[in-house]
Amino acid sequence: MGNTSATRVAVVGHRLGLHMRPADALAREASQFKSKTELVSAGIRIDAKSILDILTLGAKQGAQVSIEAEGEDAEQAVAAIAGLIESDLDPPADEAGQGGEAPGGHAPESHAHQA
Amino acid sequence: MKFADFISQDAIQTQVEATDKPGVIREMASLLLGAQEIADEQFESIVEAILKREELGSTGIGRGVAVPHTKHPSVDKLCGAVAVSESGVDFDSLDGEKVHLLFLLVSPPDRPGDHLRALENISRQLRDDSFCSFLKQSKTAEDIWQLLEEADNNQFSS
Repeated sequence: MGNTSATRVAVVGHRLGLHMRPADALAREASQFKSKTELVSAGIRIDAKSILDILTLGAKQGAQVSIEAEGEDAEQAVAAIAGLIESDLDPPADEAGQGGEAPGGHAPESHAHQA
Repeated sequence: MKFADFISQDAIQTQVEATDKPGVIREMASLLLGAQEIADEQFESIVEAILKREELGSTGIGRGVAVPHTKHPSVDKLCGAVAVSESGVDFDSLDGEKVHLLFLLVSPPDRPGDHLRALENISRQLRDDSFCSFLKQSKTAEDIWQLLEEADNNQFSS
């Protein structure tokens, strides 16, 4: 099995954009794969395994993000990351601590295999 | 968005004393209190909300940087503090490294876009190695403010 490459465009589904929690979930997911994975949005290309890098995109809901992976598990990586970008980890109500009950069901892992 | 749009010049501290997460968050919230960015009677509520956010996942984002934050209804504009720790703070960062550079943000619940743009600005500037290391080596609040101004004037990232 040689290296393969895979590309897919995803639209940000997170209501509040790719803020820190979605960025954290994305970076963790990307790190599960051996493939080198990059995201490209609005002309900026970054490493999908770095939270800091993902935050530099400042991608809002509806923004297009191209996912490009290269490696033996490129197809799986692209599918999983696209699924996460298109999902919405943001609970409908403000998550800043007034409610407090929402976060438990939103662990990144629970979204990892939906794609 | 520029640093000057959300970092309070009076809420910057080098050589923070705290060495753990709750301590440094409290110390940084005190900076915002001293700068009159947050109200005295909201202090505990804000600290608690920031710590609660940390329970969802550390805001230690790698490269020795953390951005603890929360939304809070008592503020009507995004405000932020900056702190530098020479010895490092244990922050449960994703990469396991101690944190030396902290940006604490409190934003109004109805302005999520501002929060996203502040994160974008902080992360873009911190990708520049020299900006990052200059900040970490800063000895005075004046030095930090000057670096932030230089970053605002695009003297680091292109």
